[in-house]
This record gives sequence, C-alpha cells and structure tokens, in this order.
Amino acid sequence: MVVSQSFRSPPTSCLSGSGRNCAGWPPPSRPPDRQGPPAACLTCHLRGPRWHAEVGHLRAAGPERKRFYQNVSIAQGEGGFEINLDHRKLRTPGAKIFTVPSEALAVAVATEWDSQQDTIRPYTMHLTTLCNTALDNPTQRDKDQLIRAAVKFLDTDTICYRVEEPEALAELQRREWDPVAEWAERRYSVEIGSSTSILGPSIPARTREVLASHLASYSMWALQGIEFVVTQLKSIVLTLGLLDRHLTVEQAVLLSRLEEEYQIQKWGSIEWAHDYERQELRARTAAGTLFVHLCSESTTVKHKLLQASG
Amino acid sequence: MAALGSPARTWRGLLRELRYLNAATGRPYRDTAAYRYLVKAFRAHRVTSEKLCRAQHELHFQAATYLCLLRSIRAHVALHQEFHGKGERSVEESAGLVGLKLPQQPGGKGWEP
Repeated sequence: MVVSQSFRSPPTSCLSGSGRNCAGWPPPSRPPDRQGPPAACLTCHLRGPRWHAEVGHLRAAGPERKRFYQNVSIAQGEGGFEINLDHRKLRTPGAKIFTVPSEALAVAVATEWDSQQDTIRPYTMHLTTLCNTALDNPTQRDKDQLIRAAVKFLDTDTICYRVEEPEALAELQRREWDPVAEWAERRYSVEIGSSTSILGPSIPARTREVLASHLASYSMWALQGIEFVVTQLKSIVLTLGLLDRHLTVEQAVLLSRLEEEYQIQKWGSIEWAHDYERQELRARTAAGTLFVHLCSESTTVKHKLLQASG
Repeated sequence: MAALGSPARTWRGLLRELRYLNAATGRPYRDTAAYRYLVKAFRAHRVTSEKLCRAQHELHFQAATYLCLLRSIRAHVALHQEFHGKGERSVEESAGLVGLKLPQQPGGKGWEP
C-alpha cells in the first residue's frame, strides 16, 4: 500500500474540513520530541498522524465518535495506573499520559471506556472527565484558589437560604435542612445559621477559616473533585455531608433539589425535564464523591486476627 | 452516618449494573476488571463481628456511591435517547409530549365541510 508523503508529515494546524478547530481545546504547547498531530484532538493522538490527516478530524469533529478500540486494560506505570486501549495509551486532551493514583479509580475509568457501545459518549464518562481535569488543570488554578472557590459557596449555600412562603415549603425546608446544618455545625464546631433575607446569612469569618483549613488537608486531586461536587449541589454543607459519609448521594441530591421536588409534588413530574435533571445531577454528584474518596484514601487492609474461641 | 441498607443488596445491585454494561459487548461480566476488583474488595471487607466496623462502612459507602453512579448514568442515557437524542420532533409528537392530540380531519388536511 502506498502511503503518500502528506500522511507522514502531519499538518501543523488542527483544522477540520469545515474550517473549525476540531475538538475545541486550545492546542497547548507540545514537547518537541513527540511526533504526531497537534495535541488538541484525543482521537488523532490515539490513532496517529495518518488517520488524523485522512479522515480523523472530519469524524472526530462530530459529537459522537465511533468506538475505535476493542480491549481496555490497566497497566501500572511510573506515576500510577494507566489505561490502555488496544495497546495504545490513553491520553488526556492536553496530551499527557492518563495516569491515576489509585487502582480502584483506574478500574472505574476502564469500565467507563469498556462500556461504550458503538459510539463514544463523553457525557456518560464523568470519572474520565474528572481525571482529565485533574491531570490537565485547564484553568491553571492552585490549591488556595480551589479552596477559596469552594468556600465562597458558603455565602450562597442552598441550605442557608430559606423561604417564608408558601408555609408548606418553609416547613419542609426546616424539617429537611435543619438536621444537616446542625450536623455540620456540631461536626466542625462552627456557626452557619440560615436566613430568609435576600442578602443571605451572615457567616462568621471563623467558619470560613475552619472550613478552609479542613479542605486544605485534601490533595489537589481531591480538591478538584470537591469543587466539582460543590458546584453541582450548589452547597458546601451538603458536600461536606457526602465527604464525611453522613449523607448518601441520593439524599444529598434530594436535599439540593428540595424546592423543585416540592413543586413536582404539587404540579406533577415531567420526565424529560425533572427526571432527566435528577439523574444527571445524581450521576455527576456520585462521580465527584467517588473521585474524592478514591483519591484521598490510603488503602490498608488490616486482617483481623482470629480470636481463639472458647 | 448514612443509612445504606444491607451490603448484600448493594452487591446484587452492582452485579446487575455490570450485567447491563457488558450486555453491549457480549462478554460475560465475570471477565471484567471491575467484577474482579469488586469481588476482591468485598471479600477483604467481609462482615466482622464488630457492631460498627469503620473500614467496612467506608467500603460500603463507596460501593453504594458507585452503584448510584452506574444506575443514574443508565437512566440518564435512556432518557437522553428517548427525548433529546433525535433532533426536532414532529407536530404530533410535540403535542403528545404535553398530553394533547391533534384533531382528526375526516377528509384529510385542509378539508372543509
């Protein structure tokens, strides 16, 4: 088979036939030693320069790509666990080798890739997305900025804003949210409070400090996950409940959507809006919570010694 | 601490989701890395005689979270394909979504008595 010269020297720009940048990522600077298409497109990275030049971008530019691999396997690399798709290493959008610190996380990510059927649907791969974010850190934020972004949600925390009417909803909010807020106040010995004013509750500065120093004990990876969960639930108190295993994901999502659930009870549920959003929020929250727990745990299995019976 | 129910129930739920995931590829789910990992983890943290075993609760919480993740993704994809994955709807379908039906014209469209 004759391979024309243009396939050997990949084009320098990552433009598809339509003239648009194919994957939407800004192409970051690549190390000079690596040959291949620009870093902007994951598929082209995996399939190589020839595929890239030939058909890659036209197809990769579509919303859903074909499943181009058969087997997914896990390999232990230098910095942790890597994912292989048919002997090719999985890479992040930023062209780094996809490496995760924990085996369980690698297994979960590999399962995500393996469970794609004919097309790859990135919107079902939350754990892969979170790992990519942690590896590439596209917003280039450091630990302090992540902590500040998470603690900032305390000012507008969902469970601190209460309504006065209708009375039934106000009562529901008191009944459901108060126990969680009390738990958080006891657990971290801080004062959070709630408010019905549009200005929100006045949170003491000490509360912020305590929570920020608690969050500082998490690793960079875990913090990316924590910030993700906080932005999903719009509440740092509920997120802390998840991190401390005080609430299940289903409970936290229910509490976060309390007003919507109240309206659903009153006016009826619409499958393509309410159920759709609930399932999406659950999936995202569960992925974030699992990500934090898997990144911050130190697995030590202590076998219990059998006690002599009798 | 969150009430999670019995670990056996979570375990059965996870197996069910793994079966769904592998129905597409046609391979038995017992061959997957996820199944082997879960078996190992569940075995290592089997029930102790303690009233409250912290490590076991942690594992069970993770397993329940993973179960929630798999379940919600499956439900979300099903809803996405049903309602959002097919482009624009016809007038009849749009009316059907909100429980309405287009009137029947006995002589076809534009028919006047």
